[in-house]
Amino acid sequence: MNKIVASSDKAIEGILDGMTIMVGGFGLCGIPENCIAALVRKGVKGLTCISNNAGVDDFGLGLLLQQKQIKKMISSYVGENEEFERQMLSGELEVDLIPQGSLAERCRAGGAGIPAFFTPAGYGTEIAEGKEVRAYNGKPHILEKALTADFALVKAWKGDPYGNLVFKGTARNFNPVMAMAGKITVAEVEELVEPGELDPNFIHLPGVFVQRIYQGSHYEKRIEQRTVRSKN
Amino acid sequence: MLKREEIAQRIAQELRDGWYVNLGIGIPTLVANYIPEGISVEFQSENGILGMGPFPYEGTEDADLINAGKQTVTIRDGGSIFDSSLSFAMIRGQHVQLTVLGAMEVSEKGDIANWKIPGRMVKGMGGAMDLVASADNIIVAMSHTNKRGESKLLKECTLPLTGVACVKKIVTNLAVLDVTDEGFKLLERAPGVSVETIIQSTEGKLIVDGEIPEMQI
Repeated sequence: MNKIVASSDKAIEGILDGMTIMVGGFGLCGIPENCIAALVRKGVKGLTCISNNAGVDDFGLGLLLQQKQIKKMISSYVGENEEFERQMLSGELEVDLIPQGSLAERCRAGGAGIPAFFTPAGYGTEIAEGKEVRAYNGKPHILEKALTADFALVKAWKGDPYGNLVFKGTARNFNPVMAMAGKITVAEVEELVEPGELDPNFIHLPGVFVQRIYQGSHYEKRIEQRTVRSKN
Repeated sequence: MLKREEIAQRIAQELRDGWYVNLGIGIPTLVANYIPEGISVEFQSENGILGMGPFPYEGTEDADLINAGKQTVTIRDGGSIFDSSLSFAMIRGQHVQLTVLGAMEVSEKGDIANWKIPGRMVKGMGGAMDLVASADNIIVAMSHTNKRGESKLLKECTLPLTGVACVKKIVTNLAVLDVTDEGFKLLERAPGVSVETIIQSTEGKLIVDGEIPEMQI
């Protein structure tokens, strides 16, 4: 099996105006930088983006926001992006904020064939409005529905032609669950290796969830909050 | 009145040997600096780390290793990395013993609001709603009053809620309080702060029972 595509532009072929895409990453950590750049080049518009965050003004999904390519964001936290806030408050951008754990589980469920599940998160808050409530073990839970997407764009450390993926550090975050929930999942990797080079015992995401894979380049890996301690 | 570091220091006294602990952004993050001697705790960061260590030495920071506040961190021996779904399975499944987080308001029933000021600040709840809905033990770290001097310990929260009837304990710059069925129960006061000051700074029902000791920091 060989799922390798030649470039980021080839990898995102088929993403059309108005589609729903999942984009992996937490903050700027583990985001598919090359796929995002390709989407900016392609100029596709009216996207619904499911991603934990919305990047910063000049990086990550912020680049798509700048070009007004996103119609709706489904996220848990969007605090680092002024252009995002402006578009949201002016009504240009639709925003659906959902608890981070529910977001992750809704993606996982979408990929796992579970149409909906009950969670205690958000009970009694405005995000529970209109959702079915049921008590289990004496505690109220709300019904959350699975999420899927036309495309999922994820980033891994290493991958092989079969689409098997290994992530590095906390760059794993939402990438595996979003890869599971994409009708077409595109993985960009820092290092594309030969079949057999990845130890099957240490593969984080089996290739069955990945349809296209390519080696990205020029990773900037921008750090949002560089925090260090002194040697003394 | 306690400084931010001192609030963190007081909360650290609540840690118990063997606990897994999730620390929120801000004052809660500082709790990691004051783990009492002789006990071992592991910090969970909801973006996917167990066994989170201190900030890295300059020059060794790694863009692929951050905490939930997007700060560069390290991982300790015995630590592990996982995806967001597994991370919240740990939280929802109550495998994490303590959550410490900040708040804008807490009600006398233990409701908490910390994610949205309608029309002004809409950053999102992040993992806070999952954490407060599931954690057995939730401590709130916050200032007792807001910038306008108004109490943050209220009869009812005025801001959109993050969770209902979930906060168990509050440590502020003025006091340590338990949230009980009858209201806020004053346990300790900050050094030099009078019970009268705490009464005046608390809008919700406050129970003052007998002599209130000063915190030991």
